Formats: sequence, C-alpha cells, structure tokens
Amino acid sequence: MTQTQWNSREEIAERCIALVTRCKTPPLEGVTLNSSFDDLGLDSLDKINLSFEVEDVFSIQIPDDAINHLRAVRDIVDGVQSLLEQRNQ
Amino acid sequence: MNRVVVTGLGCITPIGSSLEQFRASLFAGISGIGPLRPFPEAPSGDPNNPNLRFSRYAEVKNFDPTPFLSSGLIVASDRSAQFAILSSRQAVKDSGLLGSHASERIAIVTGCSTGGRSAEEHETGRLYSVNARVHPLTVIRTMSSAGASYIATENGITGPTLNIATACSSGTHAIGLAFQMVRAGMVTAAIAGGHEAPLTLGFLRAWDSMRVVSPTQCRPFSADRDGMTLGEGGATLVLETLDSALERGAPIYAEIVGFGMSSDAHHITQPKAEGAAAAMRRALEDAQASPDEVGYINAHGTGTQANDAVEAAAIHQVFGELASQIPVSSTKSLTGHSIGATGALEAMATILALHCGQLPVNAGVTQVDPELNLDVILGEPRAVRPTLAISNSLAFGGLNAVLALRAY
Repeated sequence: MTQTQWNSREEIAERCIALVTRCKTPPLEGVTLNSSFDDLGLDSLDKINLSFEVEDVFSIQIPDDAINHLRAVRDIVDGVQSLLEQRNQ
Repeated sequence: MNRVVVTGLGCITPIGSSLEQFRASLFAGISGIGPLRPFPEAPSGDPNNPNLRFSRYAEVKNFDPTPFLSSGLIVASDRSAQFAILSSRQAVKDSGLLGSHASERIAIVTGCSTGGRSAEEHETGRLYSVNARVHPLTVIRTMSSAGASYIATENGITGPTLNIATACSSGTHAIGLAFQMVRAGMVTAAIAGGHEAPLTLGFLRAWDSMRVVSPTQCRPFSADRDGMTLGEGGATLVLETLDSALERGAPIYAEIVGFGMSSDAHHITQPKAEGAAAAMRRALEDAQASPDEVGYINAHGTGTQANDAVEAAAIHQVFGELASQIPVSSTKSLTGHSIGATGALEAMATILALHCGQLPVNAGVTQVDPELNLDVILGEPRAVRPTLAISNSLAFGGLNAVLALRAY
C-alpha cells in the first residue's frame, strides 16, 4: 500500500484536528492543539475510535499504553510525529 | 406472591414506532410488509439483485436515531440495540416508572437472539474480502446484551439485568422471566421486551437457503400459506406489582398471570405439538386458569406449513372441543417475524387486545386451512374483550414460551 508522505508537523496537526472534529455528530467546533479530550467530551470509546482512524490515515500502529496517555489533541500530534519519524529512520 | 401488571408500553416496529401508531395499525390491519431495500453490498454488484428468492420483508422504514441518541451512542451501538434503547425510553416514560422504585429493585430483561448483525456482517465481510482492519467498537456493537446494558445506563437502573437468547422465543422468555422476578418479590418492577435487527443480506440469504421464507408474503393459517416473512423491531413493557401501580396511580394495561416454558426435545427445526401444548398448559396452570377462560390466542403463527399445523395441533391438544371456538390471530401477518423481538411485539398486541377490547385481524388471509380447524380472525378485528388471553412463542430448536394475560 502506498503511504502518504507527511512533510510537516503543521500538516499532521491539521489532519489530526480534522479527525478529532469529526469524532462527533454534529462535528465538534473550535478544536485546537490545546483542546483536551475532557473538554471536548470525548470518552474512552471515542479515544479508541479516534486512534483507529489515526492509525488508518497515517499508516502507523499506536501502542496500547500510548492510547491510555492521550489527554489532548497535542498528544496525538506528538505521538503521530514520533511514530512517523521512527518509521522513516 | 405479588400480582404483576403492565404499566408502560413502547415500540419501534414496521407498523409503527410509537404505541399509538402500533395500536392504530394493529386494529386497522395495516401491514408493515413491503419490498426489500436495495443492497449496495450485494456480491452481484447490482444493489437490486440480492439473489434472494423472496422480495418482501417487514422493515422499520426510515429509522433515524440521530434526533434521539448521541453520536457517541450511535457509533457504539447496532440498530438492534438502538431499537431497545428507544422502545424502552417510550415505555419508561409511559409508565412514569422512574423515581417511584429504588433503582436496585428494578430488573431489565431483554430478548435478543442475533446481536448486532449489521456490525458483524459489515466488519467480517471486509475482513475476509479485503483483509480490512476490524473496527474497535465491533465487540460492543455485536453483543446481544448491549441493549440491556444501554437501558440500564440510560435509566440508572442497578437491579438484575440480563439478555435472553432463545431464538424466536427470546422476547417472550424475557417478559416471562421478568414477570416471575416481580411476582416473587426479587424486584418491584421490571423493564422487559425484545429487540432484533436481522435484515442483513447474510442473514436473509441464510433464511433463504432454509427454504422457509414466503416468496410472496406470510399468510399464517391460510390454506395456501407458503412460508414466513422476516421482520425487525423492538418492543418494551414495564411490569410492576399491582400494589405499586395502584399506589402511584400508574396506567394499567393488563395483568400478567401466568408463564409456561417447555422444550420439545425433538429437533432443531421441526416443531412438536406436545412441546407447544406443554408450554400452553403450564402457562394456564401458572395462572390458575382453566382452558375455557381463554378468549383469545395470539399465535406464534409464522405462516410455514410446519409451524401452523403443529401449533394448531397443540391448541387442539390443550383446548379440546373448545379449540375451534377460540379466536386466533398471528401478529406476524402485519409485522413479519422479528426473531428475538417478535414475542415482545406479540405480547404488546395481546395486551392491547385485552385493554382495548378488540381482537386483531390475521391479515392477508382469505381462506383458512380447513385442516387446522381454528377460528382465525379474518377481515376485520373483532370487538370482543376477553378476560384471558395467551401469547405463544415456539422457537426453532423446540424452545417454547407462553404468556397468560388477563384484562384489568
């Protein structure tokens, strides 16, 4: 499968924010890097769902313990960036 | 022993998604059976060619949970559990149950046989066809007990909560066990019913292969019956002690007075009259009622040759010379056969018959099979208010459940 190249943290952040925004119906509003999952009203199932989508979009595998430590959108972006860097090394 | 009454009703069915709509369709004889939807997932590549030998089923048309359920709940539940949540919400509101019973003294008993079929087929289909990843909420969506759990969570109920899966008798077993729990004093109230959403292509094809589905439409007890029609839906009853219902001035639709269960111990698909007869007798014994008190039989009545003949034979075994004089109808002639939900829909129809003083019609039939020698209600509902009625459920595998209900 062809893997999309993610060239910058901004690109990654933009895509992650879009995924978080679509977590709920109707879509969440005002999601930023600093938004916490608690503030957004995302529960544990939402986080599992979100992680599944993030894995699909970025073609990565998020370790189980990392999911438990996700508290805010920024944590996802940091984790994705780190996993992409590991993959590219 | 407590007397047990029904104080709330709710439903999502092919003939109505509220008590009022269901009641209106039931007594007007309006059928929910219609053409199949397109199947975009059909392996033929043509959504209008699902490769089925039948072309009709009973669907809950235009079902849209989005105005009623949160997006998180929708994504974490299958259509079947959504029927449970929404029908129970109606029943609980109808009864005014909450706040009048301690939460740990309310039971929840659901009947759901096939779990979350849509989720299961979608995910496993993609897994085996394109090696897709399986969605992380698949386990939750496919649990047969998800509906019971969601009802408990929504209402803060902490009493005994469980799901019964006995194929086509699930809903009746669920109501019967809930009745026993309230009668025995284990709890003071119960939310009980059935829900099922089995109209997926894989499930329909499986039934098609069994050659028991009507190529036209189910016509229970008809001389020219040629099979069942599949359906879906959910129905929920609120049960509570008569004392508590009277004390709080709750609406009382009917009294549940008996419950009988049996196993044919015979065959996984072929029914046996002795088994069905035993369940009917036990329900009447439990109700301390004699056969001559029964004024209406809501039959299992699938419309297959085997079921209807065996059920008729069982009715003759139990009621003897009276059998041909007791009005009989099958709700499946209107709603189709919704598997685990069907017993709950039929209990609701029976309760409404007692409450409203009308016996619902056995739709779609012009000539009753004379071999059956039953008084099947044709044409129009009958303006009769029996004092006692029974509702039969006779599942594949010979698992029989019968409720006895009294007008109140």
